[in-house]
Amino acid sequence: MLSSYQITILTTIGIYAILVVGLNVIVGYAGQISLGHAAFFGIGAYTAGILTTKFGISPLVGLIAAMLVTGFIGFLLGFPSIRVRDDFLAITTIGMNFIVESIFLYTPFLGGALGIGGIPRLTIMGVKLKGVSFLMAVVLTLILCMLFVKRFVSSWSGLAAEAIKENEKAALSVGISIVRYKLMAFVIGSAIAGIGGAYYAYFVRFISPSDFNFPVSVMLLSMLVVGGIGTLWGPIVGAFILGILPEIFRPLVDYRMLLYSSLLILMIRFQPQGLLGEDSFLNGVFSKIKIKRQVS
Amino acid sequence: MQLFIEQVFNGLAEGSIYALISLGLTLVYGVLRILHVAHAGIYTIGAYVGLFTYNLTGSLVASLFVSMTVCAILGILIEKYIYYPLLKYPPYVPLIAGIAIYLAIEEVCRLIAGPYIISFPAKLPFESSTIMGITITAPQKLIFMATIIVLLFQWFLVTKTETGLAMRCTSQDIEIAGAMGINTQYIISLTFAIGSAVAAIAGILVGIHDNQVYPTMGEVPAYKSLAIIVLGGLGSVPGAVIASLLLGVIEALLVGYVSIPLPREALAFIAMIIVFMIKPEGLIGKN
Repeated sequence: MLSSYQITILTTIGIYAILVVGLNVIVGYAGQISLGHAAFFGIGAYTAGILTTKFGISPLVGLIAAMLVTGFIGFLLGFPSIRVRDDFLAITTIGMNFIVESIFLYTPFLGGALGIGGIPRLTIMGVKLKGVSFLMAVVLTLILCMLFVKRFVSSWSGLAAEAIKENEKAALSVGISIVRYKLMAFVIGSAIAGIGGAYYAYFVRFISPSDFNFPVSVMLLSMLVVGGIGTLWGPIVGAFILGILPEIFRPLVDYRMLLYSSLLILMIRFQPQGLLGEDSFLNGVFSKIKIKRQVS
Repeated sequence: MQLFIEQVFNGLAEGSIYALISLGLTLVYGVLRILHVAHAGIYTIGAYVGLFTYNLTGSLVASLFVSMTVCAILGILIEKYIYYPLLKYPPYVPLIAGIAIYLAIEEVCRLIAGPYIISFPAKLPFESSTIMGITITAPQKLIFMATIIVLLFQWFLVTKTETGLAMRCTSQDIEIAGAMGINTQYIISLTFAIGSAVAAIAGILVGIHDNQVYPTMGEVPAYKSLAIIVLGGLGSVPGAVIASLLLGVIEALLVGYVSIPLPREALAFIAMIIVFMIKPEGLIGKN
């Protein structure tokens, strides 16, 4: 069936997809630009890593703890983010990423530059998950996250968050608490990133600060933008395309990153609304197919 | 005391470099309201082109001239073909485009010049001098001189010339400026050209000062200059200059005297977030 190489790539893409689904709640639905998502990814991974290696807590509990801790830190870090807007917010979140990374790097308890090794595999009801079964768990979690986000978006809170995204003043004038819903989006997005982080820890089983640096945040946001900000399937499409491209380009060795960044420039330049965004090329094709079906 | 003053001078030299890099970023933010991350890539190219020209001709003036020209053209191309068509989209779109351009430039430099550090053995027309026991190195002198000249030029251009008036007008409102008969396209391109040329100067100066040029040299300036222009109150040139010098000096003093468990890079961002909490519009905000 699938070779272990393919399973590894698919699992990585699945974890990225979970992270981007979380980012989409913050950026796509609440309109809060974030270039520091890797910080929450890292907090989730470190929470799971520390709890399982230093306190001997079972990985499944570690996963849930990672979600809660990351959500809580997202709540705390959400406060400074609410005070600033647009470009200021983008830079503030970059700053948070740098600060969180240097905390990982300079705290001896967190393993410093060496990181944390020997993280156990995820075990559910006595069954150690690895290979295909781990991939299944990731995909299942991804689907759950997407279902949750879908529900959130159509709920009252989701609508309120979207109203804030469209026009803050108008939203405020109809009695929507901006602070509350922005924070809520931040917490949900970070908590989902925490889940992704925990899966990452159980998957690679060795984490170090550089796994969660600023370029990772850029990659996650690029995935979201390429896929289509604020769409349900955009995060999956984006994570898949940008996750698989480096693998396709692998035979090119030295020119791999150049080709990757050039493609990213082209995609942003010609499809800035994302592949699945409003009036994008793909959407046009889909709606044409739909119209044809209705006609026939 | 001597050590203290020397540290202050080191900090000022570092801060002057930050100021030269942030200048272009601030100018661009002023007219287009975008965070031009690719600017740090132009700075890297500037250092490489300067180094190659220097090795070919052996003249620092020629190296500065060629590098500034190349970077100015590159800046205009990026503006015309990448940023300008993306202006109508939300600000994160040009931001990601900028980051992608930066990554591509870094890769191009790595592929052409190799991933290793190349030294920049420039012979300067003056030597380091010691006044009252305080040493100022020759590269530091060059940095101070270049920064003062660039800032004076920039001040003269913006406040005393008609082009400067058009630039200020465009940065306030592009559409109204266009309606007043200002060729805004030309002004925007000119802004990119000036900013990129100054980045080229900064690249060469850093290359000489640290005696090294390498593909990823733009990485730290890319992010730090963002923090600086925010601290200076986005789009304000004096603010960015003051923030750069302050940051340079504070970094030098903290690193020299206090052993803080944080890298220099995080420091700028911590300062920035603290300023945000107290004064969300930056040190010298427009409001």
